[in-house]
Amino acid sequence: MTDYFNEMYQAGGVRAPYARLEDWMRAMPAELRSLKQAEAEALFRRIGITFAVYGEGGDPDRLIPFDMFPRVFTGAEWARLEKGIKQRARALNAFLVDIYGRGEIVRAGRIPSKLVYQNEAYEKAVAGIKPPKGVYSHIVGVDLVRTGPDEFFVLEDNCRTPSGVSYMLENREIMMRMFPDLFRENRIEPVDRYPELLRRTLASVAPEKCEGEPVVVLLTPGHFNSAYYEHSFLADLMGIELVEGQDLFVQGEFLYMRTTEGPRRVDVVYRRIDDAFIDPLCFRPDSMLGVPGLMDVYRSGGVSICSAPGAGVADDKAVYTFVPEMIRFYLGEEPLLNNVPTWQCGKADDLKYVLANLGELVVKEVHGSGGYGMLVGPKSTKEQVESFRARIMADPAGYIAQPTLALSTTPTFVAEGVAPRHVDLRPYCLVGERIELVPGGLTRVALKEGSLVVNSSQGGGVKDTWVLAE
Amino acid sequence: MLSRTADNLYWIGRYMERAETAARLLEVGARIALLPSAAGYRNEWDSLLQAGGNADAFAKKYGDPVQRNIESFLFFDRDNPSSVASCITAARENGRIVRTALTAQVWDALNSAFQELRQLERMPRSELELSRLTEWTMRHAAMVRGAIDATLLRNDGWDFLNLGYALERADNTARLMDVKYYVLLPRVDFVGSGLDNYQWTTLLRAMSAHRAFHWAYGGEVTAAKIAHFLILNPQCPRSLITCAEGLAGHLDRLAKGYGATTEAQAQARLMRDGLAETKVEDIFDEGLHEFLTRFIRQAAGLGAVIHDSYLSGDMG
Repeated sequence: MTDYFNEMYQAGGVRAPYARLEDWMRAMPAELRSLKQAEAEALFRRIGITFAVYGEGGDPDRLIPFDMFPRVFTGAEWARLEKGIKQRARALNAFLVDIYGRGEIVRAGRIPSKLVYQNEAYEKAVAGIKPPKGVYSHIVGVDLVRTGPDEFFVLEDNCRTPSGVSYMLENREIMMRMFPDLFRENRIEPVDRYPELLRRTLASVAPEKCEGEPVVVLLTPGHFNSAYYEHSFLADLMGIELVEGQDLFVQGEFLYMRTTEGPRRVDVVYRRIDDAFIDPLCFRPDSMLGVPGLMDVYRSGGVSICSAPGAGVADDKAVYTFVPEMIRFYLGEEPLLNNVPTWQCGKADDLKYVLANLGELVVKEVHGSGGYGMLVGPKSTKEQVESFRARIMADPAGYIAQPTLALSTTPTFVAEGVAPRHVDLRPYCLVGERIELVPGGLTRVALKEGSLVVNSSQGGGVKDTWVLAE
Repeated sequence: MLSRTADNLYWIGRYMERAETAARLLEVGARIALLPSAAGYRNEWDSLLQAGGNADAFAKKYGDPVQRNIESFLFFDRDNPSSVASCITAARENGRIVRTALTAQVWDALNSAFQELRQLERMPRSELELSRLTEWTMRHAAMVRGAIDATLLRNDGWDFLNLGYALERADNTARLMDVKYYVLLPRVDFVGSGLDNYQWTTLLRAMSAHRAFHWAYGGEVTAAKIAHFLILNPQCPRSLITCAEGLAGHLDRLAKGYGATTEAQAQARLMRDGLAETKVEDIFDEGLHEFLTRFIRQAAGLGAVIHDSYLSGDMG
């Protein structure tokens, strides 16, 4: 039986940041709780936050379960995380500029050339380009887990288009509306500056050719996309147009959107579609989502694309192993946040170890995401382990393995009352002219007892995440 | 604003108005069908489909026009793009795409119509009286309309929504009046008979304009008075001239806001001024059916010009 770090209860009693929540929880009658839970659900449904899970069928307007029990960090804990996250975001961007430029880190032998230049996510089409302010990844989502009072690990980086930030904002709105007293009693750092900071970040990387106030748009794949709600929510809060590929066109050296008053020039595209779909002339020719010719405009400095095409190579699960090395190489600093030890199944020695210890490890597809194609050894049946073994042996380089981490738990409302459930954390670091991080993030919680998988597609829920003011 | 946003707003207006028309058509049909039928009549339900322009689609799927099938076709059938269910679903989907251009109240009204529709679809048909379906549709159409009028910013988006409503309403009023033509066509000698007047009255009822008509005109119901009311009277909210005024007015607002006019303003003005100069005798000289056919074509032409000028995104 593994010992899990409970963020609220320790042998000595309740940890300080949760002290007032203890009273709140004890004072809440069961009827009030179910009333509030129903109220929260009605609010979410009315606002329209729903989440469609690909390939699962069922209700396309399904809600992500919201747990009302907040997750709390002290100001000191957060200050440490903030430094570590910003450090990571800087190093990842320095790495991207480098590998699409001179490739110093490869020449210095600090990362294998093959891993970078033969990576599927490496975009040859942007080699030699240095985007405005030297930023490739403007929103870095760093997934963190906690295993002890001072032990935090980075599970993975998301350098392309990390999603979920609308939940961070809405969870807070809904908690403030339902439990105003909690916010009077606790001094909780606000997160509602995020949309304004995001807009400023995007505007700060406008191309040099931009004249006057930059025109920023959010490019969505469309209303059938599972994250469409988030796209329209963010566009609305930033006061920018939410566009689809069909709304944009290229003429001469610039990008324009089609408006009722004729064409209007666009300077910055915050895209929420993958590289492969951005421009059918440059990438996938069958893409209907992108804009033909966009990459030419981008390459000639007519428009900025956020995140920049090619940024994905930095959050590849195999490249992840080298992020501490990047921090040392580019910043000359020691990493403040630890990586999880990772075995590359593509290496013979590592593969041997992984296959021998499959029952204790977590195995992931290198290019997978969202908790799909993943094995949690200790939580799986013998048959599941064996069938995964066959998959790994068929394509070793396609998999990495990590020890099964003892994810911390926080109290969570469940049918029987309150019980500990495992959580992780995704903060959203903004990188433009400056590096910004709002105090908070998205806490995901595995609602199933004992489960370590927090992905919403796998029965995970979300919580409001507090950082207490010092 | 984005052309696509404007286009979605415009279609919310069109679909909501079209849903209401489908319900009105059902109501006209049900009332006309209560008349004792005489040999030599066309089937009344069939004339309804003829006027709605979807008789062929119906025949292909259902065969004979019996009331229950027509109810299915005009209310529930998703294969019929003009059914109430199709229109409300499409309007809500258009709304979802442009959520940021709508207020919470307008979205709520669109969304709750859709959610209730899904409940209706799950109920056994034996529990659903025709009158319940038509009243339900009109209630929700009014709620959406009310939310738009009470809460929406009076910007260009509001104009595009209203252009959609006005254009669809113009087309639909003309088509509803044309039902009368299809019903009576085989027997010219009925004109002016008691039966004829009963049918005209039914038409007024279907437009929720029965009482209004009596307040405005009084006395006998005659074809000339009704044609005047539904085509030329600016007091009637569904008359063709009211719709034409709405179209011209909203297009003028757009031209002013954008500081540029297009072909659409010229055509809308032509439509409005043409109606203002028309006398009811002119209409009957031309033939009511011929007049209405010409108007429907003119409205469609204006729709195409609005599309090219603002919604397609391909201009200048």
